[in-house]
Order: sequence, then structure tokens, then C-alpha cells
Amino acid sequence: MIDSASVVKVGIAQMDVVKAPNTIRTSGLGSCVGVVLYDESKGVAGLIHVMLPDSQLGRTDSINVAKFADTGIPAMVNQLKQEGVQPFKLKAKIAGGAQMFQFTSSKDSMRIGPRNVEAVKLQLKKLSIPLIAEDTGGSSGRTIEFDLHTTKLNIRTVNQGVKDI
Amino acid sequence: MTFHDKITSLHLDVLKEIGNIGAAHAATALSSLLNTKIDMRVPKVEMVSFNEMMERGGGADQAVAGIYLRIEGDAKGGMFFILPIEQANHFIQKLIRDESFDFRQTPVSELGFSAMQELGNILSGSYLSALSDFTSLKIYPTPPALSIDMFGAIISFGLIEVSQVSDHVIVIDTTIYEENMGDTETVRGHFFLLLDPDSFESIFRALGVS
Repeated sequence: MIDSASVVKVGIAQMDVVKAPNTIRTSGLGSCVGVVLYDESKGVAGLIHVMLPDSQLGRTDSINVAKFADTGIPAMVNQLKQEGVQPFKLKAKIAGGAQMFQFTSSKDSMRIGPRNVEAVKLQLKKLSIPLIAEDTGGSSGRTIEFDLHTTKLNIRTVNQGVKDI
Repeated sequence: MTFHDKITSLHLDVLKEIGNIGAAHAATALSSLLNTKIDMRVPKVEMVSFNEMMERGGGADQAVAGIYLRIEGDAKGGMFFILPIEQANHFIQKLIRDESFDFRQTPVSELGFSAMQELGNILSGSYLSALSDFTSLKIYPTPPALSIDMFGAIISFGLIEVSQVSDHVIVIDTTIYEENMGDTETVRGHFFLLLDPDSFESIFRALGVS
């Protein structure tokens, strides 16, 4: 183990990249989806904390690209390209998209979790990035951390324990 | 121009008063339920980034008991009552007279879970009826839902509406605590009222400060 490894923390509606041996983490994913794109041969990974499926939902002109699945994932790919990653080598792991509360409301925002997951998968498909593993849906919050050495995504929950995917 | 640009300090004072009246009623209800003294702090009304919002509840992965309900009607938004697990345990132990009760045990005892739901029901009901009386606005709350989970996972649900127009949210935050426990992070309960962007105007108009 390398002791000097540090953790890059990504907030809600934000994104960042990390190089091995450092790890990258985002906390408290509910209906949001954490998307990890990585190239293990280069030792580079990016993480986005996606909040909404589609930037068409944004009702302002200036948008924060990391907030939306349809803008965040292409932006992340571009950022990784600048780190010297070739896009066709990228792989993805995703987690999140829970339904924290069960309501009988027909309002669309109530099922934002599943919609986020669908939108993320659509983007990955468009960009031909293979989805290696996912832990999505359910009704639990998740804190995730990605380690480039093992390419494992560690997922912590309050009620369902810890696992690696 | 976004809705945030139009908010003045007078508006913030009005929102503080809403937090004050709402939480005071809720604190009174809690106090008589538990037969203990409940104190509350002066409400904070601030525009914060989503990540600052996470710090308000002790961090995105802090385990909490969170009651959430959505309000519809003349004003729309999300209402949260958040208790750190320790404090939620303490209140429910008192309420159901069972000192061994613990939300961290799985499966959580059904009695304790529904007691917490009922507690949330009563408190959010008192908060919102005070808000409705004060503004004369008709508001219809959805039945409250309880989740024992990470604060970030819970509160982000209330940020979905506002996130469509902004990366900041105006939070009406009122803190309550049990008098004999002192006011520290581990026991502090929060009422968070997160109004939908379009609803501020309805409230200001109702109170004659448009």
C-alpha cells in the first residue's frame, strides 16, 4: 500500500479527475448518480455526481455541465482526453439513482432517481463506453469511492452495509 | 435575471419570520409530546450552494433520521425535519418508553419507526399550519415520509426543483434542541424549508412585501 495516497472529494453536481494511487469519492448519493469513467492502463479516472437527467430541464442560459447526465458525461470525456486518455479505452461504473421516499405522486421529479440512471446509460451508449458494473436503484443512500489500483468501486450505505463492484 | 437577484434583506426577514413561527409551533408540540423543554435558535435564512447545504446537516454522509414532505398549493416546496441518529433514538426511546430502541439496529422495530413517523407528522403539521395561518396561503402537504439514511441522500431530494434554475438554494433553517442536552451538533434537530423558486413571490405577495 502507498501511504501517501489521498482522496479527491467530489461534491454534488461537480466533477473531478484523479490519478493513481489517489482515490476519488463522492458522498451521500440519493437520487443522484455517481459516474466513474476510467482507463486503468493510464491510471486516470474521472467522477461526476449527476443530479438531473437532461440539461433541457435547466431553465437558465448558463449551466453547470456537471449537474446533468447529457452534458456532464461528454464534458468528463473531454477532460479525460486532456489527461492523455484515449476515449475508446474508457470504461464506466455507476452507482446511485435511489428512490429515497415512496410517494404516490405522479409528479415526475418524484422518480428522478430511475430517470437519472436511464439518462446516464443512454449517454454511455452514445459514447460507446462499456458499463462494467452498476449498483443502482433501491431506496438507500450511497457513498462511493473508486480505487484505480483495483478498479473497484467501493459502496457504503447506512442500512445495507458495504460492498465492492 | 434569476429569482435570487430580486431577494432583498426585507424578504429575508420575512422568510426568517416564517421559520420562526413555524418552528416555534413545532417545538411547542414536541415539548408537550415528550414532556421536556425544547429550545430553538433564531432561524437562519441564507442563500447557499448545494455543497454548503450538505454541511448544514453535518455532512453529506452523516446518518440521520429525515422526515420529508412536499407542499403543494399556493406555495410549493420541500419541508424536512432532520435529527441526528443519536437524538432521534433519544426522542423515540422516551416516546415509546423503551430505552433499548436504536435506529441502527436492523431491522428497526416497527413501533419505533412508526413513532418517528408520527413525530414527524405532528411536527411538520404544526410548522406548516403556522405557516399557512401567517400567510393566509392554502398549502397542502403530502403525507410525510421517513428515511433513516445519509443526510446528503435525503436533502438532495429537496434540491431537485431548485437545481433546474440555480446552483444555489435559499434555505430557511431553524435549529431545535433539548434544553438539558445543550446545543451541540450531535443533538441538534433542523427544520429545513426549501421553497420552489416560483413560490417566493406568492409568499411575499401574500404578506404585502412584493
